[in-house]
Amino acid sequence: MDFEIHPGLYNYAVVVMLMMAGLYIVITRGNLVKKIVGLNVFQASVFVLYITMGKIIGGTAPILEDGFKVYSNPLPHVLILTAIVVGVATTALGLALVVRIREAYGTIEEDEIQRQDESR
Amino acid sequence: MAITVLAIIRLHNLVAVVMLSGFYSLLAATLFVVLDAVDVAFTEAAVGAGISTILLLGTLALTTQHEKIRALPRFPLVLVAVTGIALIYGTADMPAFGDPDSPIHEHVAPRYIHDSAEEIGLPNIVTSVLASYRGYDTLGEVTVIFTAGIGILTLLGIRRWRSRKPATGQSQGNGTGDAPGGDAT
Repeated sequence: MDFEIHPGLYNYAVVVMLMMAGLYIVITRGNLVKKIVGLNVFQASVFVLYITMGKIIGGTAPILEDGFKVYSNPLPHVLILTAIVVGVATTALGLALVVRIREAYGTIEEDEIQRQDESR
Repeated sequence: MAITVLAIIRLHNLVAVVMLSGFYSLLAATLFVVLDAVDVAFTEAAVGAGISTILLLGTLALTTQHEKIRALPRFPLVLVAVTGIALIYGTADMPAFGDPDSPIHEHVAPRYIHDSAEEIGLPNIVTSVLASYRGYDTLGEVTVIFTAGIGILTLLGIRRWRSRKPATGQSQGNGTGDAPGGDAT
């Protein structure tokens, strides 16, 4: 097992760091709004992962034009375009749930909700 | 971006957290411009930094603005660190950044780049792929947004509408959730 990291792989290290930060927020923070922000951070790190994989050094944006031969891969762009919009839809649904939980319990802190459930 | 994320972890004022998450999206959008993904950058700036922030702020207006400060357990940090190290070890076999010979560039992408001008007739390859080659994906995406819109309406909309009926003129903070239903890109 060798942990020698190629210098061309630093983008993955950045993505993993952002991803783990988002995961850490989701695990440790009890506030539901902050959990959703953590999910968004996680999500954006996945977007960055895909877009960096599609990049070619010396390439240009995938819009056909005379004088350019090398284009970045358009397929990850399309997938992430879809993922961003779907991500906002899920975020909106999550936030609607948060608002509804607040109306039912009067709080958006996870441990207080659990305590109310147990004493019920 | 790393500094922004650390600030998001540390801060307890939720308004600041939401603003920083918008800033994080904006940084991601500029990164996408640098990485040649201009269409993605547009969408991320408009949807990620714009609409998400507005939705989060609307939720804060309906709930609370401060997170309860609580003692943090140590175990999740260890767990996350171990997961991160395992993932970085897993990326050691991945193709290097910007390598034109990596597997991702050798499957369908050359066909899109070479033939889409004749087959679709649009200069922007991303548009051709989105609307034509992978049109089913976009249809599915619209379905997801529609479902999410219905979910939000059942969670928030209908009950409010009923409760508003007897007491008209009572102003309340609605319209948080159902905004993204209309912006299917």
